[in-house]
Amino acid sequence: MPVPSMEVAIFFVCSLIALAGSLGVVMSRNPVHSALSLVATLFAVAILFLNQNAQFLGAVQVIVYTGAIVVLILFVIMLLGVDREEDLTVEPLVAQRPIAMIAGVVLIAGLLTILFVGGAKLVTGEPSANDPIMPTAAPADSGEAIRQQQEIGADNIRQVGAELFSDYVFAFEVTALLLTIAVVGAVLMARRPRDLQPLPKPEAIDDEDLEALSEETA
Amino acid sequence: MGNDVNIGYLTLSAILFGVGAIGLLVRRNALVMLMCIELMLNAVNLTFVTFGSMLNDITGQVVVFFVLVVAAAEVVVGLGIIVAVARRRPGATADDLRVLRG
Repeated sequence: MPVPSMEVAIFFVCSLIALAGSLGVVMSRNPVHSALSLVATLFAVAILFLNQNAQFLGAVQVIVYTGAIVVLILFVIMLLGVDREEDLTVEPLVAQRPIAMIAGVVLIAGLLTILFVGGAKLVTGEPSANDPIMPTAAPADSGEAIRQQQEIGADNIRQVGAELFSDYVFAFEVTALLLTIAVVGAVLMARRPRDLQPLPKPEAIDDEDLEALSEETA
Repeated sequence: MGNDVNIGYLTLSAILFGVGAIGLLVRRNALVMLMCIELMLNAVNLTFVTFGSMLNDITGQVVVFFVLVVAAAEVVVGLGIIVAVARRRPGATADDLRVLRG
């Protein structure tokens, strides 16, 4: 690939946005800022889906994640009134952060080692080509090319739908069951019980600082 | 579609997954932990789509659809738990749930 194509340029811009958003999720002191950073990351990943000719997933990502899930999270943040700043400088558990950082860095390094040492073929195995993605290359003819470009998204949706309702129809039905169970569970948990008892204060693990901190935040 | 870009996608999703894992381990606010789980699920989704395009197989995108459904169900139940906990003890962090003896 001698000339960096449009796809590569989009990849770099969106991956930068996704990385910045993910760091924002982890490091924001205010949960609302975390949620908005999450929106940025999810949008960038949606564009990366589009970049890989997964038009259906790009649309669903925006609708379901940013439209429903993050809005639901923001709704709960506002409902509970926990949208205040959190002091991230205190470290309630001793050595929690260094150990977490080491674990995370080891995780990333392991994944990247598998990727770069083994190569992509080791990760994926050989192509099976059971359900090949339909060719989306547009021919040179201009009118036909435009029509084909419009058809690409429709082809992707048609193919995902055909696969979903033929090979994976049982799994699809099970997801319907799962969503029903989730809705029932949410309704059950959100119900206000008659004898509402406050949770007892947990005893401190070992040291005095933790006790003082939990009294302070309570 | 060049192989280099696919490696880039996989690298990005590995880093996103790691950042989400670090956030899950470090943060104490249950809502932020939930968001970090979403971040990790999204990294996995990106990996699935990349594998699908590498192997020229639509199944990768179908699996992502199922992951999306599971993520939606998980968020609904997780937020229900958070609301139920916050009603009994406002301002509770994940550490305060030690009383559950889990």
